[in-house]
Amino acid sequence: MAVTTVKSTRTPKAPAPPAPAFSPDDIRGDFPILQITSHGRRLAYLDNAATSQKPQAVIAAMTRFYNSQNANIHRGVYELSTQATAAYEIARDRVRQFINAADVREIVFVRGATEAINLVAASWGGTNVRSGDEIILSTLEHHSNIVPWQMLAQRVGAVLRVIPINDAGELCLEQYEKLLNPRTRLVAITHVSNALGTINPVRQMVRLAHAAGALALVDGAQSVPHLPIDVRAIDCDFFVFSGHKICGPTGIGVLYARQPILQAMPPYQGGGDMIETVTFDQTTYAPAPQKFEAGTPNISGALGLAAALDYITGIGLDRIGGYERQLLLYAQEKLTRIKGLKIVGTAADKAAVISFVLSYAHPHDVGTILDGQGVAIRTGHHCCQPVMDRYGIPATARASLAFYNTREDVDQLVLGLEKVKEVFH
Amino acid sequence: MSDLRELYQEVILDHAKKPRNFHTMPDSARAADGHNPLCGDRLRVFVRVENGVIQDISFTGSGCAISTASASMMTEALKGKSLADAQAVFESFHDLLTTGNHADKDEELLGKLAVFGGVREFPVRVKCATLPWHTLQAALQGSAAPVKTE
Ligand SMILES: Cc1ncc(COP(=O)(O)O)c(C=O)c1O
Repeated sequence: MAVTTVKSTRTPKAPAPPAPAFSPDDIRGDFPILQITSHGRRLAYLDNAATSQKPQAVIAAMTRFYNSQNANIHRGVYELSTQATAAYEIARDRVRQFINAADVREIVFVRGATEAINLVAASWGGTNVRSGDEIILSTLEHHSNIVPWQMLAQRVGAVLRVIPINDAGELCLEQYEKLLNPRTRLVAITHVSNALGTINPVRQMVRLAHAAGALALVDGAQSVPHLPIDVRAIDCDFFVFSGHKICGPTGIGVLYARQPILQAMPPYQGGGDMIETVTFDQTTYAPAPQKFEAGTPNISGALGLAAALDYITGIGLDRIGGYERQLLLYAQEKLTRIKGLKIVGTAADKAAVISFVLSYAHPHDVGTILDGQGVAIRTGHHCCQPVMDRYGIPATARASLAFYNTREDVDQLVLGLEKVKEVFH
Repeated sequence: MSDLRELYQEVILDHAKKPRNFHTMPDSARAADGHNPLCGDRLRVFVRVENGVIQDISFTGSGCAISTASASMMTEALKGKSLADAQAVFESFHDLLTTGNHADKDEELLGKLAVFGGVREFPVRVKCATLPWHTLQAALQGSAAPVKTE
């Protein structure tokens, strides 16, 4: 993703975007859940950074699999099994295309971003990180991109270094450059912060990591749903994401790893499907990606994810991103007008996430009152306690937008916040 | 959803905005920490017991309206109570929030604390209201490990 391009499209009073303009009204009908009510009110689902809703196409793909295609893969000689195997492998190639990886063998199906990072930490980290080596993370990381490295560091005696953020929630790149040194083995950073929405300049950061002789892992859990991803342009060595945040099902996610690195990594788990031959003396492993997919995988999940990527591609991530940026500006403008409301995280380059605090009400109370108004937001630390500590707050309320959200959703949030004021004033 | 006014009753809001007995106590007091990782509530409860009676009780920390009001009203309700009476209040309070079964004797024991009955309709918030009480129990038992709601 080209950060500069993103910025230039945000200039106010830009000429009308090239047709056809995206309108959420055209696609809201694709999402059965958006038609339901919550506490008797229209549902304003604004917790998309936690998980996204699923279009009918995804639900149908999974139902179709269980209705007419279900069989285990890589095992049967019969028609159903070979078809299921083919569909699973087509799904893998769909993922490859979506993130523009060079080779389908670079795509490993996992349960989600969390498992992908654990896999890299255990397998690659276990063989490549030694006592005294350093791993660079950032203050913005989700706990899932902290704890696995901490566990590794404790096991092998490595050291974690943390890139600080400024008050706007942007990474301090000069500090990052100072942290890089010949002992740095890996830089593991999130592409987009789930707590604040900050979009990090990952291309530049990967380049700096490589110049220092380190590898780079990019956590794409929050970027994949909003920005077109090209892992070759980013030039990262690892890229991870979860299907459920991009309209896919839960329990399926992706690890992308550059081919030579992945092939050299030892298995993560042992079992069926990941082997070539097994005797009690010795086992030889299948090549990647099978080497990393022990046991029966989440077949329906992979097909659901492929359907989700088709769906997103059908709309176009450029249009999605453009629309979400407009909605973000609309929401930020409305929210900043509320007295006593402070937006936490004001990066120049930001995805559609708004974390905020109210001077007169705790986020948890805000969440309960908004819930009563049919508005679903997240409150708490968002699995980012270091971010909360940085701002000296225990929690925030967070509204995170998706392309199917409308101004009406934002207005409902604003009205809900009026109600909060009513209760607490 | 049940009426928000059931949850955010005037008394609760008053205690949330102006918590009573909101201060630390000297080292001689017993203390324990409570933490609700879900919402980030953190509090410390202090208690001084003499001859089986709660002579003084206070708290510090930051939390949502429900946990702050619960802590504040707990300190008011229990100051001067014997440990046995305090335990009985705790049990009535717990029943009020979880089962809703309470007898006439509970009404008497609970007094003002009965305003927390509305929390029962908001299951994710029950832990906010009970956190200060569990933390007090830990302080009384001299437990060093922080109390967690999860
Ligand atoms: C930035 C980021 N990384 C990683 C994760 C973990 O994703 P999952 O829980 O799907 O494994 C999340 C989920 O909230 C996230 O926001």
